[in-house]
Amino acid sequence: MNIEIPNLTAFDEAALDSAFVQLERQARAAAAALDNEAAVDGFKLQWLGRKQGLLNEISGRWLKAAPGEAKKLLGVRFNALKAVVETLLDEALGAGPTDAALAREAIDITLPGTRRLMGAEHPITRTLNEIVSVFAALGYSVGVGPEVETDYYNFESMNFPPGHPARDTQDTLVVAGQERRPQRDRLLMRTHTSPVQMRTMESQPPPVRIVIPGKVHRNDAADATHSPIFHQVEGLCVDTNITFSDLKGTLDHAMKVLFGSAVKTRFFPSFFPFTEPSADVQISCIFCGGKGCRKCKNSGWIELLGCGMVDPAVFAFAAEKQPAYDPKKISGFAFGMGVERIAMMKYGISEIGSLFAGDMRFLGQFA
Amino acid sequence: MKILTKWLRAYLPGLPVDDARLAEDLTLRGIAVEGIYDLGSGNGSGNGSLFEMDITTNRVDAMNHYGVAREAAAIYGLALPVLDFALPEFRPTAKPFSVRIEAEDACGRFTARVLRGVTIGPSRDWFAGAEVATYFGLLEQKQISNAVDATNFAWIAMGQPTHVFDLDKIEGGIVVRRARKGERVKTLDGVERTLDPEDLIIADHLKPLGLAGVMGGWDSMITTETKNVLVEAAWFDPVAVRRTARRHGLHTDASHRFERGADFNAGHVASALVSSILLANGGWIEGDLVDARVPALEARTANRKPVELKLSEVRRILGATVDAEGITAATVEGVLIALGCGLATCGGAALDNAAWLVTLPSWRLDLEREIDLIEEVARVYGYNRFANTLPAFGEGVRALPWAAQESEVRRTLLAAGFHEAIGSTFCSAAEAALTAPQPGLAVPLGNPLSEEAGVLRPSPVAGMLAMIAGNLHRDVSDVRLFELGTVFSGTTEKVDERPALSFGAVGTLPEQGALHAARAIEFHDVKGVVEQVVGRFHARAVLFDHFPAEAGLTPEWLHPYRAARVVVDGMTAGWFGQLHPRVAAERKLKDPVLLGELYLDRLYKLPLRQPIAREISRFQPVRRDFSLVLDVSITWEKIDQAVAGLRIPELVEWRAREVFRDAKLGAGEYALLLGATFQAADRTLREEELQEFQSRVVEAVGKVGARLRS
Repeated sequence: MNIEIPNLTAFDEAALDSAFVQLERQARAAAAALDNEAAVDGFKLQWLGRKQGLLNEISGRWLKAAPGEAKKLLGVRFNALKAVVETLLDEALGAGPTDAALAREAIDITLPGTRRLMGAEHPITRTLNEIVSVFAALGYSVGVGPEVETDYYNFESMNFPPGHPARDTQDTLVVAGQERRPQRDRLLMRTHTSPVQMRTMESQPPPVRIVIPGKVHRNDAADATHSPIFHQVEGLCVDTNITFSDLKGTLDHAMKVLFGSAVKTRFFPSFFPFTEPSADVQISCIFCGGKGCRKCKNSGWIELLGCGMVDPAVFAFAAEKQPAYDPKKISGFAFGMGVERIAMMKYGISEIGSLFAGDMRFLGQFA
Repeated sequence: MKILTKWLRAYLPGLPVDDARLAEDLTLRGIAVEGIYDLGSGNGSGNGSLFEMDITTNRVDAMNHYGVAREAAAIYGLALPVLDFALPEFRPTAKPFSVRIEAEDACGRFTARVLRGVTIGPSRDWFAGAEVATYFGLLEQKQISNAVDATNFAWIAMGQPTHVFDLDKIEGGIVVRRARKGERVKTLDGVERTLDPEDLIIADHLKPLGLAGVMGGWDSMITTETKNVLVEAAWFDPVAVRRTARRHGLHTDASHRFERGADFNAGHVASALVSSILLANGGWIEGDLVDARVPALEARTANRKPVELKLSEVRRILGATVDAEGITAATVEGVLIALGCGLATCGGAALDNAAWLVTLPSWRLDLEREIDLIEEVARVYGYNRFANTLPAFGEGVRALPWAAQESEVRRTLLAAGFHEAIGSTFCSAAEAALTAPQPGLAVPLGNPLSEEAGVLRPSPVAGMLAMIAGNLHRDVSDVRLFELGTVFSGTTEKVDERPALSFGAVGTLPEQGALHAARAIEFHDVKGVVEQVVGRFHARAVLFDHFPAEAGLTPEWLHPYRAARVVVDGMTAGWFGQLHPRVAAERKLKDPVLLGELYLDRLYKLPLRQPIAREISRFQPVRRDFSLVLDVSITWEKIDQAVAGLRIPELVEWRAREVFRDAKLGAGEYALLLGATFQAADRTLREEELQEFQSRVVEAVGKVGARLRS
């Protein structure tokens, strides 16, 4: 903006006022138009420049020309204008870039955010950890055992005697070349996590409170709900005065933590060689709340785990190494649950095989 | 197994509940009703319902109508009539039929009844209300002939296997014995079988007639010509029947029952039932029932020693009930008597000292011990009438020793964008040979699921490769997976299990956005992940090396010039790199696959790294870049070691900022931008000091062959 400083002919108050008001108006207009750093620098140079600045010109031309008595009047007004210009400059400097300048830097904020993709914990790991932590809070330690077991730990010490028909229900994958070995030493893929009950009891006297997560194998044909590879969580609690009602209370509590406090449990008689009394546990259907739906086959109940009081015969096997497992003095309960079934229910998985296929699209859903 | 409520109600006319409630009450007591089908009660027919049962293998006694009725009687406190079938008087005979039990270890009882002048034909209803036709109709059980129907009826009614022979085909009499070497018999299924000397058989005085407790013989079976029959009802030892059945690959209703324990005392009742149905078509009984018994086996079944049961033990095991009264002596007595036990009081007078000597029913061979009786009390009382209590808190909780380490490894891989997978425990022998860290120690299975799963995996790499290939073949081109699992090595005598980590990646970096081009994952991206995983552990020294191809030390599955061994504190902790192009081609994988295995058992020997905070210098750091030109034979490791060797305390960090090839450089040369940071903890560095440091760096890298780019 080009600004001319006029020649002053009169130096009375009215003439001075009018001349300075005009200059102030011009200064303000110029300041308002400042829209970038360079313009602000120009404004500063135009007004306050030491040699060619407008204020310098005014003081040079007007002050010199003013008669003695008017110099004071002019000086007051000059200082006021200088203050205004300095204020305007300060404001322009502090305000930073103008809106127009910022508008030129606009971006499309609706484009999706750039994501650093995180890995997903496997739903089985997630479910296992969840179950284990529920029992850890009830005072259960964690134990594990080998996936290749001996016949003794997997069957015999769990009260499946050789030739017992209950062995038929668990089609077992066996290690090659076992035929010549004594039955109890034969190696097989463990069919359940229960052998770790015996390994735990052999290694420590009661009390025992332990949960055992692990992988197990059976020679089962694969279908939507069966896989030759699957996981179980086993639990064992042995102490003086452990009762069937303790078993009920423990599992009822655990199911409420895992599936919500509204869940109800129901126990009924079942049969496992290593527990007596034995029970199957159902929970009220988590999908329909017990009213009956497709998922619970309209029964309102979902079968979830097996459990029971440790059979005295199992304690007798443990007592061979730890005499404190005297079934007349101590008692205990054990339970076991299939992790796949629980994970499938919790996460709405319909094919068990998808848990073991490593498909990125499937696994990515759990991130 | 199917159960008709009409039939149950014939035994228990006073059943106080409807069929739905009956099903629920039975189920909650372990006699599980899986399905209820209404058979129609219109026209006053009162057909009732059909229950589809799912009864556990230990309760064979309840896998029939009378057995279920016994359970219902116990639940509702009803009296169950004793099964009895009146037969006409027999005609005396001078020569009673001969039965001899030779296999006294395996056959406890053999009853034989001779019927003469019978007519084989359609069965007739033989007494009011117990209608073969009606019940078979409702069960959709086909009527075949009176002989077959009679044994089926006895089976469905009381679960007792029986057999009917054509008497005229039996020479001499019956012998229950082990087979002799080379003997043969054609069984009812038409199969000619060579017998094993262990097989328990029914024979006559000349030849085998059938497999005892498993299946009858073809030559002595009933035909329309049959006039005279022998009705057999016996008790065989579970193990003997199981072995015979298994050897011949047979599983029949009869073997199922005998294997699980039949009722020693049911034979003569079943025999009467079968005879009465046959005699409805005419004929007479010749001679009294022949009843051969082996006292030793009777003592193990029907005449077992009473078992002591204490009320205090019942309470110690079962605990609190919802009902304040709890389990009382009256509860115990009510339940056990209803189930057919005999109770003799033997405890003190005080209520809590109640104890009994309990005689066990012949049909409940699953009951042997005090705990078995306690289970019966809990079962019939009702599991859901017990309170929910919690045991007192025990000891401190112990996690697995490696739980924290495993969770750190998992966390690091998840953060690097790898999804956790679970692969197969098994692989093929060829895959095992390719991937095993120690050759020759793969353990084969005796009965594998398939040939591809014939061996316990010695390495998780085979499974990882399969999962990567699975994704690529499904057109999922970005793959980042890891697995934490067990691997196996050893012999068929002794198998070692170790934890292992596998990981694999194909495609682009785990970043998704619209503004930057995706970058392909390379060797060094995977190396970075390995460094981070290993960096979780407190190790004195971590290094990566490789071997000349001819050394044969690089795993066969890795590209010999794009593979690295991970060495932690002098131990080999794993291998990773690019999949060998030959292996990739065999699996039709076009994109370069990066993958590896870490031996977690070795890493887990190290503690996790414990972070220790260091004072951060207040003084300004100075960064200097050195633009170097090197021969391609000079690796970063040499430069790195040269700089490290200077041991300048103020040289706090240095790294390769950029590596590139440039047309302006000589052939076989590359450029490296080495970035260094100098900083002192106690002062601002002076220009002269920096100058000196810089020239020392230039001199050091110069000695290993680097020159400054001008």
